[in-house]
Amino acid sequence: MDFAALLFYAFGALALGSAIVVISQRNPIYSAFALIVTLCSLSAIYGLLGSPFIAVLQIVVYAGAIMVLFLFVLMLLNVKREGRDPGDGRTLKGVALALAVLLALQIGTVLMRARLGPARPLDASTEKMARDLFSLPYLYVFEATSVLILAALVGAVALARKDS
Amino acid sequence: MNAEPTVQHALLLSVGLFALGALGVFLRRNIITILMCIELMLNAANLAFVAFSNHLGTREGQILVFFVMTVAAAEAAVGLAIVIALHRGKDTLDVDAFSVLKW
Repeated sequence: MDFAALLFYAFGALALGSAIVVISQRNPIYSAFALIVTLCSLSAIYGLLGSPFIAVLQIVVYAGAIMVLFLFVLMLLNVKREGRDPGDGRTLKGVALALAVLLALQIGTVLMRARLGPARPLDASTEKMARDLFSLPYLYVFEATSVLILAALVGAVALARKDS
Repeated sequence: MNAEPTVQHALLLSVGLFALGALGVFLRRNIITILMCIELMLNAANLAFVAFSNHLGTREGQILVFFVMTVAAAEAAVGLAIVIALHRGKDTLDVDAFSVLKW
């Protein structure tokens, strides 16, 4: 096993472990920090899968922008720990776990049965990605995305205003 | 046993992360944690896109990941604005408290 494979499995295990921490914590601040670890491990995996542009974007957009927004709102609202389940929590947790395992089995079966053929070489350098994004089939989508971001900006300000 | 990481291993990781995100949406009752679990599921989908893109040698999957990320950013901004508006009305973040739409 070479070094890159070792890194892949190490970061994969780290991503899964911190994802378990995200969903098992009652304090949302701890969940947010564990989610940052998951996102950074995924960024390393993207890098190992030959996508440097997406790896950097993952750090900048997710860990840098979205998670800061989450932490900001968590600290703004002064969130307390989640209380205990009032009723029969154990049955509900069992059902939720069974549903999640069923979901994983279903998606896993479909994905594992896909006949993919041999691997082909990939050139996903930032230059190639930029040429793809700013050339015709994706240029319209790119411009539409900027309108979406503007709409989200205006919507967020309108929703969070005090006198609405 | 072949120890090299293949596309199947990355896809298995993606399935695991997606199931954990779905489990978190079922288990947690804090609305912000539920939003974080949705981000986790979006990331699992992104990982599947990158794995397929790496295996098939095409860049379309990565371009799709780019757009999923912008949509995730917009979703987080609007979702957290809704959370702030809800918190102002009810002074709690427990999803069980927000039942005005329940018939």
